[in-house]
Amino acid sequence: MPEKKIRVLIAKPGLDGHDRGAKVIARALRDAGMEVIYTGLRQTPEMIASAAVQEDVDVIGLSILSGAHNTICPQLMRLLRDKGMSDVTVLVGGIIPEADIPALKQSGIAEIFLPGTSTQDIVEFIHKRVAHT
Amino acid sequence: MSEESKVTTQAAPPAEPSSVHREPSSKEQAWEKNTLQATLEKSPERQAEFTTVSGYPIRRLYTKADLPHWDPERALGFPGEPPYTRGIHSTMHRGRLWTMRQFAGFGTAEDTNQRFRYLLSQGQTGLSTAFDLPTLMGYDSDHALSEGEVGKCGVAISSLADMEVLFDKIPLANVTTSMTINSPAAVIWAMYLAVAEKQGADWKKISGTLQNDILKEYIAQKEYIYPPEPSMRLVIDTFEFGVKNTPKFNTISISGYHIREAGSTAIQELAFTLRDGMEYVEWGMRRGLDVDQFVPQLSFFFNAHNDFFEEIAKYRAARRIWYKAMIERYKSKNPRSWALRFHSQTAGCSLTAQQPFNNVVRTAVQALAAVLGGTQSLHTNSLDEAWALPTEFAATIALRTQQIIAHETGVTNTVDPLGGSYFVETLTNEVERGAWDYIERIDAMGGMVAAIERSYPQREIAEASYRYQMAVDKKEKIIVGVNDYVAEEKPLETLQIDETVAHRQAERLRKLRAERSKAEVDRRLNALRAAAKGKDNLMPFIYDAVKSYATLGEICDAMRDIFGTYEEVAIT
Repeated sequence: MPEKKIRVLIAKPGLDGHDRGAKVIARALRDAGMEVIYTGLRQTPEMIASAAVQEDVDVIGLSILSGAHNTICPQLMRLLRDKGMSDVTVLVGGIIPEADIPALKQSGIAEIFLPGTSTQDIVEFIHKRVAHT
Repeated sequence: MSEESKVTTQAAPPAEPSSVHREPSSKEQAWEKNTLQATLEKSPERQAEFTTVSGYPIRRLYTKADLPHWDPERALGFPGEPPYTRGIHSTMHRGRLWTMRQFAGFGTAEDTNQRFRYLLSQGQTGLSTAFDLPTLMGYDSDHALSEGEVGKCGVAISSLADMEVLFDKIPLANVTTSMTINSPAAVIWAMYLAVAEKQGADWKKISGTLQNDILKEYIAQKEYIYPPEPSMRLVIDTFEFGVKNTPKFNTISISGYHIREAGSTAIQELAFTLRDGMEYVEWGMRRGLDVDQFVPQLSFFFNAHNDFFEEIAKYRAARRIWYKAMIERYKSKNPRSWALRFHSQTAGCSLTAQQPFNNVVRTAVQALAAVLGGTQSLHTNSLDEAWALPTEFAATIALRTQQIIAHETGVTNTVDPLGGSYFVETLTNEVERGAWDYIERIDAMGGMVAAIERSYPQREIAEASYRYQMAVDKKEKIIVGVNDYVAEEKPLETLQIDETVAHRQAERLRKLRAERSKAEVDRRLNALRAAAKGKDNLMPFIYDAVKSYATLGEICDAMRDIFGTYEEVAIT
């Protein structure tokens, strides 16, 4: 029987339009055999949480470069909890100051990928993480 | 009459001959057989193929066999004369150095005003304003969608009151200012003109640059508000207004920078940018504007990336293509329309978060390419910008980098020092050919707006960016400190944006709304709405609204009411 594909929602929250990273990751995960849904630009935490429920995803990948992570991430995590989606793995990629990382992880973000991360590292992380849950 | 304008109109030369079918001389063939073969047998080359950062193949050696039938007088001409390959001025940087224009903006208008004054005190010669994301998207700082973004990526400007603070004690009559604003460009420009008027500066004399390039927003940077049609109308409105009122102001900066940052190749950057330029020219002509009146106010903006010679070839080819297009396509008679003037900025996407001090070196090499390519103005990135907006310390080193190139290296002593190099001339020809191929493909689609609507440039860029990432992941392309020469390091101290900015901005807006005449604001916004339904130039209506202290968000909303908003088809 074919293995169930890992389902990933790649989301671009906030007002920023720099989507190069989000698109590269979406394609790399798809090439690695995952089912990838890309939300497009300017998604609010509410829109992302609803899409995650609707698409029944295993993983949410947020691309944030604008410095708005401390506002967006806690809001999204709260919404996911409210919707009974606490088991979804939430990843953040982008420009995140090292000082902000502990608090983000505390709020439930599984991992933060900084500039320079290879796409293989992200693929491997997701495979390990989803296999364990 | 300036020296450049004495040149008579002439037929444009065809694209330079391609060197794909090269016929090496007998001496070159003998060298291959006797010397090269022996070397390759003993020690093969490091790679099977050598390519630029764009993936463009580069040959081992360039000789005159690569430039068959090459006529330097036709392909290069002389500086300040068509086809401008060697530069747009006869003396280039011997006459005047490029403008050192560091892009800056963060926090509130007060914060950025202070940074502007610091940079001017350090020998910077022009200003360049970075706005925050809410401003770029036409939202006030207190809008719900602005939460978490106020003052983060640039300065927060919600009304003329903020603009007055931003340029406080900076004489707009003497300083040229560039403003990186696109969808709401007409509104921000109206605010700038209102401040200039208040300072008593003559609009006919003030100079600066409005980015105002909506096409590259749809293609790459994605900060659009309205659909293409009304957006283009606003751009042409600013052209028309500029011709009449501010003849020295660049009403647009047609930008390849963001296209490259989104992951394009050098050829794509060149082609899409110049085709955007042609699209603006065509829309302006369709409005009934005289080409040779508005085109001299159009300027360009290119990236300065890592691949040194590819970048230099790109700038040289850009000037040649624009000249040919102006002559052949638009029958321009004014040399001021023919000469492509450009700003350049070193490549933000090339900066590494790892070992950030290495970025000083990258930036210096990139800046050198822009200077050798004949740039008119330059921004050098700061070493810490892969992490945050720059600290004053980092921004100073970036400015000093330009000053060192200008005054210590000697590269400004002669015009176009690389002209005549077999390699640089061949690459210039090939980059030009590659760009024309794209331009003709976009013509066949019905122009750039049509190409954007079918996601053509977006898809080409996404493909190129993915190819590059795969090359990096496979270590086919080495990035020092990232996929090789990796080292443990301490975190860098970066600029912290004061978290009270949003609160202070909201407070300022509350006060503004209480103090201004609401009736007057409503009257002027309604006049703008009515005009937006018709065909009148909207600049005077926007200016009126700005002067009543209507906010950026209110003015953009008035136009949203009539124009609607745009959403792209997301491609991955």
